[in-house]
Amino acid sequence: MESSKKHLKEPLIHITRRTDIPRVKAWCIRLVAIIASLVVCGLVIVLISKYNPIEVYEKMIDGNFGTKRKVLNLLKGTSALLCISLAVTPAFKMKFWNLGAEGQVLIGGLASAACMHYTRLQFGNSISSWQLILLMFATSVVCGMIWGVIPAIFKAVWKTNESLFTLMMNYVAIQLVGFFIAKWVPTGSGVMGVINLDTKCGWLPDVFGEKYMFNVIVVAVLTIVMFIYLRFSKHGYEISVVGESENTARYVGINVKKVIIRTMLISGAICGLAGFLIVSGADHTVTKNLAGGMGFTAIMVSWLAKFEPFMMVFTSAFIIFLQNGSSAIAMKLGLNKSVSDILTGIIIFFIIGCEFFINYKINIRAKQKEAK
Amino acid sequence: MAIAAIELKNITKRFGKVVANNNVCLSAYKGEILSLLGENGSGKTTLMNMISGIYYPDEGQILIDGNEVVIRSPKDAFDHKIGMIHQHFKLIDVFNSTQNIVLGLEGEKHFSFKAAAKKTVLAVSRIPKNILRFFKSLVKTVKRIPRFPYFVAKFFKSAAKAVCSFFKSPEYAWHCLKTAAKTISEAYQTIMCPGYLKRAEKAVLEISKQYGFDLDPNKKIYEMSVSEKQTVEIIKVLYRGADILILDEPTAVLTPQETQKLFAVLRNMRDDGKAIIIITHKLHEVLSLSDKVAVLRKGEYIGTVNTAETNEAELTEMMVGKKISLNINRSEPKDPVDRLEVKNLCFVDSQGVKKLDNISFTAKSGEILGIAGIAGSGQRELLESIAGLQHVQSGEIIYHNPKTGEEDELCGKSPIKIRELGVRLSFVPEDRLGMGLVGNMDIVDNMMLRSYRKGKSMFLERKKPRNLAERIIKDLEVVTPSAQTPVRKLSGGNVQKVLVGREIASSPTVLMAAYPVRGLDINSSYAIYNLLNQQKESGVAVIFVGEDLDVLIELCDRILVISSGCVTGIVEGRGADKSEIGFMMTKANGGFSDGEQ
Repeated sequence: MESSKKHLKEPLIHITRRTDIPRVKAWCIRLVAIIASLVVCGLVIVLISKYNPIEVYEKMIDGNFGTKRKVLNLLKGTSALLCISLAVTPAFKMKFWNLGAEGQVLIGGLASAACMHYTRLQFGNSISSWQLILLMFATSVVCGMIWGVIPAIFKAVWKTNESLFTLMMNYVAIQLVGFFIAKWVPTGSGVMGVINLDTKCGWLPDVFGEKYMFNVIVVAVLTIVMFIYLRFSKHGYEISVVGESENTARYVGINVKKVIIRTMLISGAICGLAGFLIVSGADHTVTKNLAGGMGFTAIMVSWLAKFEPFMMVFTSAFIIFLQNGSSAIAMKLGLNKSVSDILTGIIIFFIIGCEFFINYKINIRAKQKEAK
Repeated sequence: MAIAAIELKNITKRFGKVVANNNVCLSAYKGEILSLLGENGSGKTTLMNMISGIYYPDEGQILIDGNEVVIRSPKDAFDHKIGMIHQHFKLIDVFNSTQNIVLGLEGEKHFSFKAAAKKTVLAVSRIPKNILRFFKSLVKTVKRIPRFPYFVAKFFKSAAKAVCSFFKSPEYAWHCLKTAAKTISEAYQTIMCPGYLKRAEKAVLEISKQYGFDLDPNKKIYEMSVSEKQTVEIIKVLYRGADILILDEPTAVLTPQETQKLFAVLRNMRDDGKAIIIITHKLHEVLSLSDKVAVLRKGEYIGTVNTAETNEAELTEMMVGKKISLNINRSEPKDPVDRLEVKNLCFVDSQGVKKLDNISFTAKSGEILGIAGIAGSGQRELLESIAGLQHVQSGEIIYHNPKTGEEDELCGKSPIKIRELGVRLSFVPEDRLGMGLVGNMDIVDNMMLRSYRKGKSMFLERKKPRNLAERIIKDLEVVTPSAQTPVRKLSGGNVQKVLVGREIASSPTVLMAAYPVRGLDINSSYAIYNLLNQQKESGVAVIFVGEDLDVLIELCDRILVISSGCVTGIVEGRGADKSEIGFMMTKANGGFSDGEQ
């Protein structure tokens, strides 16, 4: 190495991989990144509008915590996003690039809506809300499972590319929703109104007298279950082995095909559950936009949290906080919606970007070369 | 003698502490085939990689036609007309051979921008003299480009539009800019490609004809056999005008017929005045093909001899050197009984290459059976077949169960099935972190790999693995911060101790270890030898795949030698002759004669 330096000039900066970084230091880097992102956002705000950045940040916090309704909205969004994130986590941990959470959620939601729609036509008011909810739950989960397992089977048996496959399944799901809405809505407006507005049949009941609380509780339980499943169960262990190295899995005799299919069944089922929660517990209707891109945001949530379910609570809440906050400043300050998207983008960029500094160390060339 | 086409003077290359090449001198002449001979890890490939610009030597000089040159990149090597054909082909599957051959070349011979620019400059300098001639030559140059005016007009039109509309409507300007960029790429494709490829195809065919290759220039790579792919690689470097060709173990993947064909081609090239360096392990090929042989051993240059003046015995001795004593303990096997019997095992991999050909041997309890062979002779496939990781085509693997006294057939069974039969087979694979262990998991979780399935509970039981991990760390003196450290953070020797420790912990009756001391320092190596010896003394049938012949001879009770997937001999470890084993490792095999591809 020494003599090769004679020929090659040492570059000004070079990057080395950190093998070990104390946890405190890693969190310090993250904190610095967030502060830096807020500073940059502040500069952007000053440059493109006349507002005081502090005021904008205040509005952002206000938009999330200002009233009880806003807090509930934050909880509603977080629970939905967290649920989908929990769904994609086992698949991603197995290195199965499931980009189809969006479609799996849609199909789950569609199944729930279909149950509500057809029971209303068939039985009128003779079915109890709980019976209907159970039926919706079961069909949604099964439909999500089916949507998730199709690409898994293709991947396991014929080694097809799962990212393309799952991505394409999204569009099929979207078109299916469009088709059924057109079929169900006689006016041809293409918009499904709130189903069972009068009877509230098939709506998840309020808990603690609040809407959306049922969703929050279900997702909280799910978070704990998923943590235990990934950390302490044999299945979870197999998922990590397959994800880390398929060769090792083969070597110790893990049936890789079985693990892929089983994991995608679980992933799809939870996506279906998310669809059910959104329809039954929040929206009470179905639209093509039901998942609203959360199937993709969930991937980011999951990666940012390094597949740790409890960390995902924070990352998903943070993302929803940014989303709600940015629409609040867009409304309150009359700023363009794009501006708030820019701010969100900057913050997320800094947070993801700082991982680079956690994983790598930047060495700057010493000014004076040591004498040889 | 004439000046050497390429001469290496005192080349030294180190990787950390390891000296891969030490003071190597070598010269190759035009019109000559030089064989580079050496055992595994003797530094042949490293040396050739330095000539072809992949590595940069720490010390020493490279001279081409007597002039010192600096080769920093493969491109530099090409500029000096050096072409290397690697063991692993670097081709794009969906392209045909011509496309692969011209890939990465800029411009073409018939129309190069550089030449055109030169001509233009020349013409401009003559303007005062002959203005007419300037325009004529300019027009002539431009005319050679098909549809040139069309593209120029389109490009300028959209570029102008972009500029005009820039302030009024940035979006439209952006669209125009995109059109302009597209025009350039379109122009590039229509101008450069069709005619260019046709001409290239012609040139490729000419080269094939000249040297006697057999190649369809329009065949896609994925439809090709291994030897056809190799042909493409060779023509690729010839097309680039290489005068010095380096081939890294070209015959390793070929059938005997294909090898003969390749040799005929190489001889044609030699007669055409090219300098050819061929890396190989096979002595008979060296003797039949080359004019000179250079031998490397453990990074040291041993010497160059004229092929006509040497024989296999001399070359083998140069290659393996004198026996070195290592003082590894070896006890007499205690009442050995047959434990694992392999009969007529054949295996063809997914590429259609025959990796194992009619392998038969018996491993006995209480002894270490060594497997010697050049790397890639089928050792890995053999062990993986026994472990149930490969689907073998034919043959039998019979396990004599010491508990029940029954004979179990292992062939065609998955690792789980083998376990369920009660066969206690342990396997230390060559690829430690990619197969034997999971790098990102800690030592405890890696301990569980073999045992996590035990019990009916859905949940993992981490207590026993934790105890096991702590026991292994203590007994084998694994240096680690804790049992919760990811194994990838451990050093090579410690990783291996963890792996071997786990495999031994399941008290096997058969223990297979592939290159267990590769990359380990002396102390760790001896620790591993001791572990293997302990296993042997407790009655385990140990199968040890090694690369260092001195170690094999001192450690093993019997040594099985394989060459190109065939058994070429079984010798007693005690009193074994190094050259004899070396000779068997490089011997040609009879079993390959029916080379169907």
